[in-house]
Amino acid sequence: MGATFLPLVLLSSVVIVFGTLWLIGTLPHVRPRDALAVVQVAFATFVSMFSLDRWLEVFDTIRRNKLRTVLTAVSVAWGIFVMVVLLGMGQGLNNGIRYSFRSEAQNVVFIHTGRTSVPYAGYNVGRKLTFQNRDYDRAATVKGIDHIDGSFYITGGQFGGGEMKVQRGTKSNAFGVQSVFPGDYYTGAYAIQEGRYLNTADIVTLRKAAVIGRPVRDYLFGHADATTGSGDGGVDDPIGQWIVVGGVAFEVVGVFTMEGSEEEERVVYIPATTAQLAFNGADRLGAISFTVGNADAATTKAITREVVGQLAEAHQFSPDDKQAARVFDTVEGFEHFTKFFLAISIFVLVIGLGTLAAGVVGVSNIMMIAVKERTREIGIRKALGATPVSIVAMIVQEAVFLTSIAGLLGLAGGVMFLGAIPHFIDTEMIKDPAVRVSVGVLAAVGLVIAGALAGFVPARAAAKVNPVQTLRDA
Amino acid sequence: MLRLSKLNKYYRIATHSLHVLRDVDLDIAEGEMVAIMGASGSGKSTLLNILGILDDYDSGEYWIGDTLIKGLTERKAANYRNRFIGFVFQSFNLLPFKTALENVALPLYYQGVTRRKRNSIAMQYLDRVGLKDWADHTPAEMSGGQKQRVAIARALIGKPRMILADEPTGALDSTTSGEIMDLLAEINREGVTVLIVTHDPEVAARTPRTIRIHDGKIMNAEDAPPHVVVPVAPAGPPEPAVS
Repeated sequence: MGATFLPLVLLSSVVIVFGTLWLIGTLPHVRPRDALAVVQVAFATFVSMFSLDRWLEVFDTIRRNKLRTVLTAVSVAWGIFVMVVLLGMGQGLNNGIRYSFRSEAQNVVFIHTGRTSVPYAGYNVGRKLTFQNRDYDRAATVKGIDHIDGSFYITGGQFGGGEMKVQRGTKSNAFGVQSVFPGDYYTGAYAIQEGRYLNTADIVTLRKAAVIGRPVRDYLFGHADATTGSGDGGVDDPIGQWIVVGGVAFEVVGVFTMEGSEEEERVVYIPATTAQLAFNGADRLGAISFTVGNADAATTKAITREVVGQLAEAHQFSPDDKQAARVFDTVEGFEHFTKFFLAISIFVLVIGLGTLAAGVVGVSNIMMIAVKERTREIGIRKALGATPVSIVAMIVQEAVFLTSIAGLLGLAGGVMFLGAIPHFIDTEMIKDPAVRVSVGVLAAVGLVIAGALAGFVPARAAAKVNPVQTLRDA
Repeated sequence: MLRLSKLNKYYRIATHSLHVLRDVDLDIAEGEMVAIMGASGSGKSTLLNILGILDDYDSGEYWIGDTLIKGLTERKAANYRNRFIGFVFQSFNLLPFKTALENVALPLYYQGVTRRKRNSIAMQYLDRVGLKDWADHTPAEMSGGQKQRVAIARALIGKPRMILADEPTGALDSTTSGEIMDLLAEINREGVTVLIVTHDPEVAARTPRTIRIHDGKIMNAEDAPPHVVVPVAPAGPPEPAVS
């Protein structure tokens, strides 16, 4: 459940707690004039929280009625435990699916250079465009852009992915070499396995740093010979080692992975500025790309239009020329996944609320039974001079105390169980199952309130009734 | 000490109204011991509820001393119940999870007496009913007669103006019944007003005055003048000592 869901979660939790109490018949017994009694009892309970004698009486009752205490505590703790575990599993499912689709679900815009197809400002068609570093700098100032990346096409290919010879010692092979800015980490959605990704310092100081894909590392640093398969299969630590890319030595600073895409892992990334210097690139860029956070399609189009407008002005081409600056974005796919994630969040919410409802029913049930069992005790206390408010306050205090302790135990147990799950289940679908503390505490407080209310209603009924008939039954 | 005049009580069930107590007049003097007899459905229980300040009535007046018991708030009713009345029930109604001592001390809890003090007072009253050695036992470990003695000690501890006993011997054998009646008579001799609701003629025979109630009316209240205070010991062989 994302942050935007919190008000919805709060609202629906309240609806669920009171809706369930209403459905199981607790609330219809609370009439408007009982509101005063609720206030009186709440006040009396609060006051008696500071009465040692009352606490002794409550502890005494709890201690002397072990079975009832244990049953109540276990059912409350179990209810909260199950709720926390289900909420956490739902969150884990949500995380897992988001993680599995994280690269597809990026909202990225790519702008590649092309040739003009519309005459503009006196220029003829067919003019070949090249972006420059200052275009990158200018685009970086556009509002709404999260992370920005640019690429110098070393080998002049369409998407900059041309292969170059990469060698270390006696080993050499052709791998894709791409020159990028640090923002590429976000537009490309890699996972760093060792070391780090390229950073701004690399760009500014023209450092000869390289981040290599896992297959590249395995080939260059692996002990196993690629052709014969001999060797112990181990891999040297590549960080800080030097490799030669297109005849220039680069220091390996990191290893990245990109699950499910071996081809995109067979790549070496180097800083764009270093590549421009080393491979005769001046300040040319072949493409600019950027992410736009969670922006919707319209916002993404607007941001794109602004960036293209800047480029068009700088390079004197028509902003409507689709061939001059070729735009490719993933916004439709992103919107699709956004809806998918929304559906999953709603699913998780429904699971959570359903469990909350079940918890309310369970806690209410045990409270009602516990109070029913005490009908005679209530009658006796009343005959001995206890006011109904003091009787109900005592029962509510006991209920709140018991459900709070049990709820805390259930909460702790559930959190520990969630923490242990990844050690037993290894699946992509469930990742980092956890409940946010606020959600867990909120749920537990909801159950305690429901328990107190569910105890209050029958206790008040029992305290109101003239006890003689009850006390007469042997 | 206790006076009912023109007291009426109705029960409203849907559209019907049931007239359960009809113009009840009753006068019980300080220190009397009275049996209230009547068949079931006679209004006996309703009268007991009203006398015990557990239920309100529709018209008339109920005075305990110079306090009018009418239309009280729940808090005030609980307070008067605690100060004026000690209940003794047929089924004892001790809290099963509390010891004899704690049961006896309970009314003082609702008077706000500290735990240490109320336990020491409760011990005196247990001693008085001869059960000092049973202070730490729970009701389940005691006989019916012992339980009723504990209940009587509990009824007495608040120093009530009267003891209201509802079939106090109903669950006991005849020997034990006799002992409990002896105890109640002894308490009465010390000046506490005792009202016993019963359908047992033997119990009624041991009280100086019997009030019969039939169809919500007092039948023969005039048979025994209300001013009679009888300090006479019952006839028959000498009773066994109770304490």
